[in-house]
Amino acid sequence: MARPAPSQVLRRRKVRRSTWLGVGLVTLYLSVIVLIPLAAVAWHAAELGPAAIWRVVSSPDTRAALQLSLFSSLAVAAINAVVGTIIAWVLVRDTFPGKTIVNALIDLPFALPTIVAGLTLLALYGPKGALGVNLAYTRAAVMLALLFVTLPFVVRSVQPVLMELEKDVEEAASSLGAHGPTVFRRVVLPSLLPAIVSGAGLSFARAIGEFGSVVLISGNIPFKTQIAPVRIFALIESGDSAGAAALAVVLLLISFSVLLLLAFVQRWGRKGDE
Amino acid sequence: MMKTLGALVLMAVAAAAVTTLAACGGGSPKVALVAYSTPREAYAELIPAFQKTDAGKDVQFSESYGASGEQSRAVEAGLPADVVEFSLAPDMARLVKANLVAKTWDQNKYKGFVTKSVVVLVVRKGNPKGITTWDALTKPGVEVIEPNPFTSGGAKWNIMAAYGAQLKQGRTVQEAEAYLAELFKHVPVQDKSARDALQTFVGGKGDVLLSYENEAIAAQQAGEAVDYVVPAETILIENPLAVTTDAGSSSEAKAFYDYLYTLGAQTIFVSKGYRPVVEGVTGADKFPTPANLFTIDDLGGWDQVNKDFFDPTASVMATIEQGLGISTQQ
Amino acid sequence: MSSGRTEPVAPGARGSRASRYGLRSVALVYLALILVLPVGMVFFRTFENGLQPVLQALSDPETLHALYLTVLIAAIAVPLNTVFGVFCALLMVRRTFPGKAFLSGLIDVPFAVSPVVVGLSLILVYGRTGWLGGWLAENGIRVIFALPSMVLATIFVSLPFVVREVVPVLQEIGVEQDQAAHTLGATPWQTFWRITLPAIRGGVTYGVILTTARALGEFGAVSIVSGKIAGQTSTLTVHVEERFQQFDLVGAYTSSLVLAVIALVIVLAMTVLKPKEAGS
Repeated sequence: MARPAPSQVLRRRKVRRSTWLGVGLVTLYLSVIVLIPLAAVAWHAAELGPAAIWRVVSSPDTRAALQLSLFSSLAVAAINAVVGTIIAWVLVRDTFPGKTIVNALIDLPFALPTIVAGLTLLALYGPKGALGVNLAYTRAAVMLALLFVTLPFVVRSVQPVLMELEKDVEEAASSLGAHGPTVFRRVVLPSLLPAIVSGAGLSFARAIGEFGSVVLISGNIPFKTQIAPVRIFALIESGDSAGAAALAVVLLLISFSVLLLLAFVQRWGRKGDE
Repeated sequence: MMKTLGALVLMAVAAAAVTTLAACGGGSPKVALVAYSTPREAYAELIPAFQKTDAGKDVQFSESYGASGEQSRAVEAGLPADVVEFSLAPDMARLVKANLVAKTWDQNKYKGFVTKSVVVLVVRKGNPKGITTWDALTKPGVEVIEPNPFTSGGAKWNIMAAYGAQLKQGRTVQEAEAYLAELFKHVPVQDKSARDALQTFVGGKGDVLLSYENEAIAAQQAGEAVDYVVPAETILIENPLAVTTDAGSSSEAKAFYDYLYTLGAQTIFVSKGYRPVVEGVTGADKFPTPANLFTIDDLGGWDQVNKDFFDPTASVMATIEQGLGISTQQ
Repeated sequence: MSSGRTEPVAPGARGSRASRYGLRSVALVYLALILVLPVGMVFFRTFENGLQPVLQALSDPETLHALYLTVLIAAIAVPLNTVFGVFCALLMVRRTFPGKAFLSGLIDVPFAVSPVVVGLSLILVYGRTGWLGGWLAENGIRVIFALPSMVLATIFVSLPFVVREVVPVLQEIGVEQDQAAHTLGATPWQTFWRITLPAIRGGVTYGVILTTARALGEFGAVSIVSGKIAGQTSTLTVHVEERFQQFDLVGAYTSSLVLAVIALVIVLAMTVLKPKEAGS
């Protein structure tokens, strides 16, 4: 991933050992927090046996919910990648009155309890909506809630890189006659790409797991606005926690593949650039 | 930055230490009450009233309220509980299976139930659409709000009320199932819980909300502009109560359990919109008696009903939802 | 680095004034619709009936205990995830080892797990019949339905932020300065504190902000493993739901506003406290 620096190559032997120690520590922390609990879920699902798992996963309502979750999360990630970058750009490079306030507000979607997020979105974009548009109980409402809860990701990952990115490189490129769009595409974008992809990846992951804020405004209509996490919840409620675990594992595998794919896209993008 | 990070780590260690210390401690006899969410307001009055009695003197309480199914699963997984109350009997059955509640929990005079209610039709103030019967729900242009039966355990009461009402009107099983399918064509929103559904209804969506009488009364007491109709045919809701085996020989838990069946306690339940299980409670006459009241046992009992109607992949309701799904996708 | 820092407009960017205004309007309109209006709505709803109900909700001992618990959990989870995050990011950017792509994919996974599943997973490990449940019960250690499991759930759901914020910055700054320091005889530890950390400050800061906001606002997973014991294991978000259940919307909105204010104070504090000197 990182280009090996000369000194690193020279000291490879020594570095290796400390690297392994580091990897060990990271794995330990991840295991306690994430891997062991998720392994317990997978184990619980496995007790069902493949036939029963297939029955749960392949039922039409589950498939519809999975599809909706997957596509809306991908769309949300894509929208965030574009708009989030623009917002980060404006917050770093532009000046206008009230910028500090706008910048401070960005993280609020995380701090608001999901139920309140759902309630306020419903109050604004629902049947008695203050804006006169009624999006409630449609797929647009699912997107809206997801866009709200994932707003900070791309903005906050692009912002620090943009700040580190030296302005003079851009200026040099401009003075050499490159136009705005060209400078952006050739100079700025390649540097920002890892941050954008990273932020979009997080948005996707969060969107596919999000539950509380979506369920109130989506109306939770099977085949239309029911998302996969609600289906998992339904299985638990119906006393089928193993089925729920199975569906959770499937959802997790799908999102993990998408995240891996993103990591490869990112690496490929960097290689093409160098 | 170095200082900041260092300070952060110190903070974490200190915080962890404080809590470890705080975790130790004890005191007077304590009863852990775990209940579903609606009776919370009632317990806010019941507990102080119990503490004024001889048996309840100096007894401290810890209280936990939440969705019935979630609370039952929490107790199963180790949430400390001495007295439990749920919205429906299967949540109690789960604890019986886990040996946390004695098999004999339903052997008292009241079959283990502490309060009752009925499924009602909640309508807008003044009932502008004139809805009084189950048949009115499937008229063109009527929107019915009903939580999703797979995510809301309580929503099952509503569906069984609608289904049983058809049978009571002399229709066949097939006709009753067809009615449910028709009914769900009028449901534009299937919230995940009864409380969410009420919020949706109060927020301006729909003409009728299927809910319980006590919920409707609680909403009215909280100042929401709703009326409700008790249909001629409806189901009797019964809420189970038990002392857990964990409570062991805790006399306080048993005393509180007994207290909940006293006239005084039942009167408090009545003031919060619940129907009493004990005879002779003042104010109980305000509840109208439906002409054709039936119970879940009349429909085969929860075990059978859960299997036939609410299996998430193969059941009456799963088929209805799938049928609707195919038509919406076209 | 500070949001308030005014950047002189680059001479070469003169011709792009129109596009600058264009971008600004896109950003601001989007933020208005998605962010400012909903958050403004929370403020409006809170104070709709005047100040009295808000003060009443705020002085409720249950609200105060919930606030204390929420802050306590964040105070444990955020530092742990910050140290882990910086360490893990350094490892992933500066070292080579097999399985790095796998690790990188794994880092984001906690977000993709829906809250009910996080709750289920912790119960399967620490619950009465869980993997460790029996052993814990024998030794009288309470994990589930007590603070430890709530902390575990919070760490779980806020794990990826610091890593994800720091990695791109580390990639951008490269290793030249660290090597220079090394050549000049600095120990790795000195290099880290004096060179690397100041350079990735921006990323760490945003990582901490996001981690904190997420830790404060988490509801689903924490509520399942908390047992929701009033006045004991109820966090502010659990409290919000309780208020909502009891038809007390003002109480619910007030508690949410408290969360929003804490998050705002943290963002502003980190902006103000940040050393003024620039990265380069």
